[in-house]
Amino acid sequence: MDTIIIAVVAIGVTVSLRSYLQRRRRDRAERSSPGSSEEVTTTLGWDSRLSPTKMLPGEKTIEVCRVHKSFGGKEVVDDISFEVRSGEIFGMVGPNGAGKTTTIRMLMDIIKPDSGGVKILGESLRESTKDRIGYLPEERGLYRRITVAESLEYLARLKSLTPGAAKSGTDNLLHRVGMFQNKDKKIEQLSRGMGQIIQFVTTIIHDPDLVILDEPFAGLDPVNREMLKELIRELRQHGKTIILSTHQMNEVEELCDRILMINKGKTVLYGELSEIRSRFRNNSIFLECEGSFDGLAGVTGEKNHGKFVELFLDGKTSSREVLAQLLARDITVDRFEVSTPSLNEIFIQVVKEEP
Amino acid sequence: MNKMLTILKHEFRQTIKRKSFLIMTASVPLIALIGMLGYPFIMGLFPEPEMPEKIGYADNTGIFTGYTEQPGLTFVPYPTEAEAKNDLLAGEIDEFFIIPQDYRATGQVIRFTMEGELAPPPGLTKQISDFLLSNLLAGEVTEELRRRVKEPLMLVSLQLDETGKIIEVPHPLIAIFVPYIFGFLFMISIFSNSGRLLQSVSEEKENRMIEVLLSSVSARQLFLGKILGLGSAGLLQMVVWLVSIRIFAHVGAMNIPALGDLVIPTSMLVLGLLYFIGGYLLFAVLYAGVGSIGSTEKDSQQWASVFTLPAVVPIMLLSVIAQHPDGLVARILTFIPFTAPITVMMRLPNTTIPLWELALSLTIMVGSIAVGIWVVARVFRVFLLMYGKRPALREIVRYAREA
Repeated sequence: MDTIIIAVVAIGVTVSLRSYLQRRRRDRAERSSPGSSEEVTTTLGWDSRLSPTKMLPGEKTIEVCRVHKSFGGKEVVDDISFEVRSGEIFGMVGPNGAGKTTTIRMLMDIIKPDSGGVKILGESLRESTKDRIGYLPEERGLYRRITVAESLEYLARLKSLTPGAAKSGTDNLLHRVGMFQNKDKKIEQLSRGMGQIIQFVTTIIHDPDLVILDEPFAGLDPVNREMLKELIRELRQHGKTIILSTHQMNEVEELCDRILMINKGKTVLYGELSEIRSRFRNNSIFLECEGSFDGLAGVTGEKNHGKFVELFLDGKTSSREVLAQLLARDITVDRFEVSTPSLNEIFIQVVKEEP
Repeated sequence: MNKMLTILKHEFRQTIKRKSFLIMTASVPLIALIGMLGYPFIMGLFPEPEMPEKIGYADNTGIFTGYTEQPGLTFVPYPTEAEAKNDLLAGEIDEFFIIPQDYRATGQVIRFTMEGELAPPPGLTKQISDFLLSNLLAGEVTEELRRRVKEPLMLVSLQLDETGKIIEVPHPLIAIFVPYIFGFLFMISIFSNSGRLLQSVSEEKENRMIEVLLSSVSARQLFLGKILGLGSAGLLQMVVWLVSIRIFAHVGAMNIPALGDLVIPTSMLVLGLLYFIGGYLLFAVLYAGVGSIGSTEKDSQQWASVFTLPAVVPIMLLSVIAQHPDGLVARILTFIPFTAPITVMMRLPNTTIPLWELALSLTIMVGSIAVGIWVVARVFRVFLLMYGKRPALREIVRYAREA
């Protein structure tokens, strides 16, 4: 019995000693080659690692078919269907509590739908599929007591990265977001914004084909917000598919190709963003000019916005014809704009029309 | 499977790096070491009372003349009480006694001493008694009989099992000490380790790490990885404790002779290991479930105390279990999975627990762990994502059925 116990202890000591020595060797190697770690890559930090997506452009990355989910008798997601195509930034918009997070959790197989089907990357979600998805949940955090590098490497290992890949990925991405010097700090020592960026880094550390971001801009300052947008665009350039869920419509307008707008668990709008916006065009013109514009043909009414005037057209006259009339007169036009409503306005309009 | 191993390793590493874990692990060898080194010193603080070497006596009966040289002690006869008193005051003798004339009728002896004492030292009483006895019997009986009358009982107790075979009874020190130490170490280890699991789960819940983790691994992988990771750390701790106790018992036997007999039987070590693993798993599964339900660490800990309380019962009933190791109370506690590990450890040194009792107890234990894993794996995912409010018992039951 004694020999067994001593053997067990000896093995334990050997293993921990070995890992300690390995770590020391690694640290020393790093210190001896400052060029590799200090050098800040100017363009894309993870460029060298990013592999082109395995999906073809335009292919369906996500297929959601008539999904329902209710909690305690309340229908949270009510018959939602949509597709996300490979390589696009897909916006999921709607007010707080519309069912966006629940829908995403069903995509991630964290919650099972009551009925309906979900296919991700061409198959129903399996454990192995999770390695190809990067998910930044709305309710997110980080280990507070361990260092940034330890957190990142652990989470990367959970995405089936090898220890070496996890380590190099961590270093590359931390360089890219300018946080390499904070590598050995604990999360509790960093600011909240920095923590948010680290969370984003954990989402993409394993070079996923599909990135799902739930309210990624919440709590970010303008500088970090811009950096995040830039990172998202970079991901798209590499053919990654991105789902962006947010209640901030302006972010969606800036980034997304297609959107799904939901309210109270139901689909309100779905399609190309540009197509939706032209569909909701008010058929009006914003005009700012010096001189009189009375008696323009085809204008049925006007609304004074202070600095500029909104002209409402009769539906038969095109904006080109109005502009031609204006140019024929001897007036200076400072601004002539076909009004397209913001997503916010569209949302309010659509929700008002709902019974 | 690989991911579960990654979680296991991560949890193991994080645990053994914790200060609380290191202190706890080092405490037992440290206390043993201090005890070992301090033993002679502590013994020096309480010197054995000096036994008198010369005792005077004044015999008014005339019977007590022989056997004045006893081992380590001389009885000095005095003709009168006054002379004995003088010599006592002069320091010639340590104390004296008077045997009155009517001694044969009353048995009364009057003792004079200058030491303050609660009661006459038992060793001394025995020696005076031997002296009186030997003189009383002198010439009346044979020398052999006289010695037997002095020590009529040299007791050797043997325990028999149902077939009439002699069972080896462990050293009495083991009978008292081992159940106590084992029960205590068990309790500390099981609770500190499953407590750490509770902390780890509710910390991840509080830090909002859960959803990030669940997007990489399944709830089952997370749950099992954590339990096994922290469990291996606990096992390592237990091994360190057992090894250090063994080593120190060996070393300590040089200083404290009684420790030389303290050989913990192998069967006890094997059973101890089984019950430790079983006990840990049971509490770990429950605590992980509780950790997933509570909205904060504090909240979860309050819930956990519901399970902790029954586990302490055997410690409270220590004397009952040690005195009646085969009694009804001890046997019932053996079959209740919460109390089984500590109870069995307390019974083992004092009795031979029938094989069927151990088998049944372990079976119930494994069964409850299996049921626990089944239920907790079902509610784990749902409640981990439920922030801010604690579900009612009704909800928990519903989710366990539906999930």
